[in-house]
Amino acid sequence: MRQMSGAQMVCEAIIAEGVKTVFGYPGGAIMHVYDEIYKQKGFKHILNRHEQASVHAADGYARATGEVGVAMVTSGPGFTNAVTGLATAYMDSIPLVVISGQVPTSLIGTDGFQEIDAVGISRPCTKHNFLVRSLEELPRILKEAFYIARSGRPGPVLVDIPKDITVAIGMFEYPNRVEIPTYKPTYKGNAKQIEKAVRAIKDAKKPLLYIGGGVVLSNAYEEVRALAEKTQIPVVETLMARGVMGANSPLLIGMLGMHGSYASNMAMSETDLVISLGARFDDRVTGKLSEFAKYADIIHVDIDAANIGKLVDVDYPIVGDVKQVLEVMLPQLDGVETERYEAWRKILRRYDELHPLSYVDSNEVIKPQWVIERVGELVGKDAIITSDVGQHQMWAAQHYPFDRPRQWINSGGLGTMGFGFPAAMGAKMAFPDKTVINVTGDGSILMNMQELVTAAEYKIPVINLILNNHFLGMVRQWQTFFYEKRYSETDLSFQPNWKALAEACGGIGYDITTKEEFDTALKDAIKQDKVCFMNVAVDRFEDVLPMVPAGGALFNMLLPKTEKSDGEA
Amino acid sequence: MQNNVNERRVISVIVKNESSVLARVTALFAGRGYNIESLTVAPIPNSDMSHMSIETNGSAKVMEQITKQLHKLIPVYKVIEHEEMIEKEMVLAKFPIAENLSDISVLSAAYNGGVVNVGKEMIIVMVADEPKRIKHFIDAAQRYNPVEIIRGGVVAIER
Repeated sequence: MRQMSGAQMVCEAIIAEGVKTVFGYPGGAIMHVYDEIYKQKGFKHILNRHEQASVHAADGYARATGEVGVAMVTSGPGFTNAVTGLATAYMDSIPLVVISGQVPTSLIGTDGFQEIDAVGISRPCTKHNFLVRSLEELPRILKEAFYIARSGRPGPVLVDIPKDITVAIGMFEYPNRVEIPTYKPTYKGNAKQIEKAVRAIKDAKKPLLYIGGGVVLSNAYEEVRALAEKTQIPVVETLMARGVMGANSPLLIGMLGMHGSYASNMAMSETDLVISLGARFDDRVTGKLSEFAKYADIIHVDIDAANIGKLVDVDYPIVGDVKQVLEVMLPQLDGVETERYEAWRKILRRYDELHPLSYVDSNEVIKPQWVIERVGELVGKDAIITSDVGQHQMWAAQHYPFDRPRQWINSGGLGTMGFGFPAAMGAKMAFPDKTVINVTGDGSILMNMQELVTAAEYKIPVINLILNNHFLGMVRQWQTFFYEKRYSETDLSFQPNWKALAEACGGIGYDITTKEEFDTALKDAIKQDKVCFMNVAVDRFEDVLPMVPAGGALFNMLLPKTEKSDGEA
Repeated sequence: MQNNVNERRVISVIVKNESSVLARVTALFAGRGYNIESLTVAPIPNSDMSHMSIETNGSAKVMEQITKQLHKLIPVYKVIEHEEMIEKEMVLAKFPIAENLSDISVLSAAYNGGVVNVGKEMIIVMVADEPKRIKHFIDAAQRYNPVEIIRGGVVAIER
């Protein structure tokens, strides 16, 4: 028990939770906390140049490490700028604690300067939030915030602290345990249900493992790999699960969904047993629901009971942590006849030979897919790849040889442009020795480009790989396919001078128009201790394929044109 | 209960009695597009919990989601989808004093109530009964030109 101010309690809690880096931006209501940050040595604070970037950076830190990320903002606009960051983390179940300043208790409700109802606004985009009402409850709330953020289905938690409470002095002892009678996450799956699921697996002819981001969150990839190995059941990964199986796994069919591979989407369309692990049947994955996995029974393992049966009817619901459920399930699969599924594996191999993930390379212009493949060849499994949102994101997800979970960091649920750069900075702060590359586009990167200054100041040398097609490419692609090529407000022909822009902020810029230049620039960028923009001119009209048109059935894909096919399936 | 048929349902939600918990529950209904027909909330005696009775409607699938989503809220302790329940609703109704007072008195007595106040110009009655019968009371009350009728919302308890 020590006497200290509320502001000091905030710092003590952050230190006690083992957080090494906090991202934030000061302001009036949070100044007392910043005064304590100035005095302490337990964690580093990074001053982003926009609160949204602070939350994304904390998010990138959390995704790369699996630990809780922390961001700090002031009241009013400081908080509202952070909302996109909260929503991004919420949709992807990322553990964050965001501390926001609030006007003094006596001013709450008076429309005070920089007052906004932070808990009201953030209610639908946080796992939970707190408005601290007294100094006495502050230590408990801080402890609960970290606990709630990381336990069960993880998510962001907001702690809104009125200024007078940060000033007030009281006794502090950080609780060492949490007791919330109304919050008891279920980790252990129901044993009977698991037994039934095992029987279904043994009885199936065409089972399919459908792996989602929950496997990454639960650190269950070893168990998932073991399950696939043991049963020889083929695997499809969602966007959020890239890297779980590793690019070289012979059992990995690929990514499924709107831009999934032909074989993956056909596998889902023809399977007789979906084994869903930590996936939530997102509309970008399922396509038309009535046609989704039409011939299959469904095993659904999810820590969030509300995900089960939300979109598809489930035959074997198992509420629990994927890792713990698989630990129970694996021994029960001893002696499973792997030969049973050989005919099925053969069908899928044939589908993959028929329509592999492909593109037609060119010597005249750089193809974006080539860039991704080349990055994979040059930095492969050592790098951490983040991305923004759009075509570049899908090309990265399709073509990068992801080898392990937490290597691929992107905003899958909310689809937040501007996420990639600050998230890359967060990942780089956690793993300074790893090459961190943000695969981005000429649209997305501008949405948080002020972070050039932050990254330059703190020497956070992340590489922003801009696949520059002078378009908001994904919207342009939809306009090509579904709006008779009316390119409404997607033409980005007016461009900044990227090299000069990077340099003006203290970074490095590379303008790249040939493959040779690309290799030279990337090798140079990796060696630098400065942030950079790699501006790569790519084919303007390249499309992301395959593509399942929104609302269509998974098996109705637009495919790339090759010698063998005309692009219809 | 069939899968796609919308049905009236009453659920009880036991929540921690803390500020903004009502907002969390109603925001969930609003944000996910669920209906609230009526809602009552009050503290549970000798505890730090409150009891909410929510009258809603939806298909079995929607009801399942409502229950599960409510469960996810941190201060929600328990969600009870009532099957075998006793449900009651209270109503206050105000009539002009010039109406037939004995009729009004008999009417309210028939619905488990009575006269609770008589003033210079108005008479006020209270009734408490099952929601279906409350509808009958309100229909019957119309002929006495009610000035104001206030429904209290359904409260339910499992048998």
